[in-house]
Amino acid sequence: MTSTLSTETTMSVPTMPEPVISLTGARKTYHTGDIEFEALRGIDCRIYPGEYVAIVGPSGSGKSTLMNILGCLDVLTSGQYVLAGEDVSTMDEVALASARNRRIGFVFQQFHLLASLTALGNVELPLVYAGVAPAERRERALRALDRVGLADKARNHPGQLSGGQQQRVAIARALVTEPAIVLADEPTGNLDSHSTADVLGMIDDLHAEGATIVLITHESDVAARAGTVYNVTDGQFVGAGTEIAK
Amino acid sequence: MRPADLLGSSWSAIRTHKMRSALTMLGIVVGIASVVLTVGLGLGTQKDVSDQIASLGSDLLIVSPGSSTDDSGMRGGFGSAETLTLADADALASEIAVPDAAAVAAEKTASVSLEYGESNWTTTATGTSVSWVDVRSRELMYGSFFTDDDVTAAADVIVLGAETAEELFGSTAVVGQDVTIDGTQYEVIGVLAEAGSSGDTSLDDLAVVPMTTMVESLDSSGASEAVQTIYIKATDADALSAASQEAQALLLNLHGIASVDDADFTIDVQDSLIDAATSVYEKLTVLLTGIAALALLVGGIGVMNIMLVSVTERTREIGLRKALGAAPANIRNQFLIEAMILGLSGGAVGVIIGVGLALALPSVLGSTIVISGLALVVSVVVAVGIGAVFGVYPAARAARLAPIDALRDQ
Ligand SMILES: Nc1ncnc2c1ncn2[C@@H]1O[C@H](COP(=O)(O)OP(=O)(O)O)[C@@H](O)[C@H]1O
Ligand SMILES: [Mg+2]
Repeated sequence: MTSTLSTETTMSVPTMPEPVISLTGARKTYHTGDIEFEALRGIDCRIYPGEYVAIVGPSGSGKSTLMNILGCLDVLTSGQYVLAGEDVSTMDEVALASARNRRIGFVFQQFHLLASLTALGNVELPLVYAGVAPAERRERALRALDRVGLADKARNHPGQLSGGQQQRVAIARALVTEPAIVLADEPTGNLDSHSTADVLGMIDDLHAEGATIVLITHESDVAARAGTVYNVTDGQFVGAGTEIAK
Repeated sequence: MRPADLLGSSWSAIRTHKMRSALTMLGIVVGIASVVLTVGLGLGTQKDVSDQIASLGSDLLIVSPGSSTDDSGMRGGFGSAETLTLADADALASEIAVPDAAAVAAEKTASVSLEYGESNWTTTATGTSVSWVDVRSRELMYGSFFTDDDVTAAADVIVLGAETAEELFGSTAVVGQDVTIDGTQYEVIGVLAEAGSSGDTSLDDLAVVPMTTMVESLDSSGASEAVQTIYIKATDADALSAASQEAQALLLNLHGIASVDDADFTIDVQDSLIDAATSVYEKLTVLLTGIAALALLVGGIGVMNIMLVSVTERTREIGLRKALGAAPANIRNQFLIEAMILGLSGGAVGVIIGVGLALALPSVLGSTIVISGLALVVSVVVAVGIGAVFGVYPAARAARLAPIDALRDQ
């Protein structure tokens, strides 16, 4: 399978760059007491720089599990995961933390902003763990907030912002490290239709500016905005990725 | 992660949860305040006792009847035996036998009831010699002490302690008045200046008479030759041990005793009293400190308890921080530093409260409290240490949380 793919890659698109994400035979088994549950059952997938990929599937199909693997929040039971040229499958916790910090920007369904910090403080947080000095941190965080149109809300705490605004702060936080990939798990799941359009438009803009995006959703109209859609059922991709014609 | 940012995130967590932080600190505050107080009280009492003993004079030997039975200072029949006599006192006063003694004063005591008009007062009468004032480092407030002539004549004269005079006459300016003991009138020729108290005994409630008067008129013990104590004042502090050896040799000889182990008397040096008292108060200090340490232990367990609750409550925050790139060590250090800051602030507040109480209490308790700078510094260091020790487990728990489990937590 791997050889087939690489042959195909070299032959058909010789100028194609290295994939940002390369999953090979990815399996994930959960153990709950004596019960074993295989949430991912052999997934192969390449995602290239600048792609906008949507992963869709019914509830319980393994989307979040896949997102956790892609986000280096969890490790595979078997198979290989290469992220931006680094083999993540063999990394220890410290290396994984560093990989998350440098390569991944997360956007969660529940926003996951810290209530005690201002919007600016929240956006600065990944840079804090990257060891960036305060002055540079501030400047980069303000630029990221400006990119999502919230420069004027930098001093506000999450509690003072609407759901849509909070999710935009979260997007700014995902961008601030200039990650290899932005991972968004049901980013509009907690938003009203107006905010949903707002946030999805923002993600479109990011893609247009060159960001690589993986969006997980169970709504097909959300998935329709992506360039490629993968369907997950029972921990497996069903069919090849569907290219969406625009 | 930069150390300043680590400190900043710990500090902001403490400020965000003010109530919880205050409660966590409370145990430490109470523990440290009690450490400061108890150590201060122990040191203060020790100082009081040393001062009192030192005020008696450090060039003094105290000869008591009865033998020292063991090293711990327990004495068989201490004070009750009748093995010290007037003759011993006279011999000790000899310049040839005890050249390092400057002055010697024997004391023979009896309980007496003093009467003046309608009032009466029971006190201890001490029969002694003229050198007593010098040997016991006393001064007269009014009048004068009795003379050698008074001793020779067994004169009916009396010198009163300030408290005794006050109780009996309602005044201390009573020189020339007469007091009656057992129907005999004694002329008050002097009143002693106040000297405070030694342990439970007041040094100001007493009546002093010539030894001869005591033996002839006041003593009812039937052992007219026996004395309770002989004080020997050495020529100076350096001559103290020489004087002690000379006195011991003389008394052994007089009593016909061959071995020191069989001695029927005990010679105490003032310093050894200080040492004994000091060791008692050191034990007291250790005991009090032990109790305070227990309070600190309870405070430390409180820190651990609330930090564990905090870790559980902040599971989602921990998960998010990890997702954003916090390594386990970053999370561990954040919680550890949080616990140490709580320890530090709790310790500082505890020291302030402890010192405040130490300044306020002496006027209430009437006891001295000594605040030692070292004890304060050690207290704060201990408080920080407690934060660290009891923060380790909660911090390790936080660091171990898997990011996905932590993020799923609602
Ligand atoms: N930590 C876990 N332990 C045990 N089973 C799990 C765990 N996480 C997810 N699962 C199971 O794996 C399956 C896929 O879950 P998930 O990836 O969350 O699906 P989705 O996000 O598509 O709804 C579900 O059946 C779920 O019950
Ligand atoms: Mg899900």
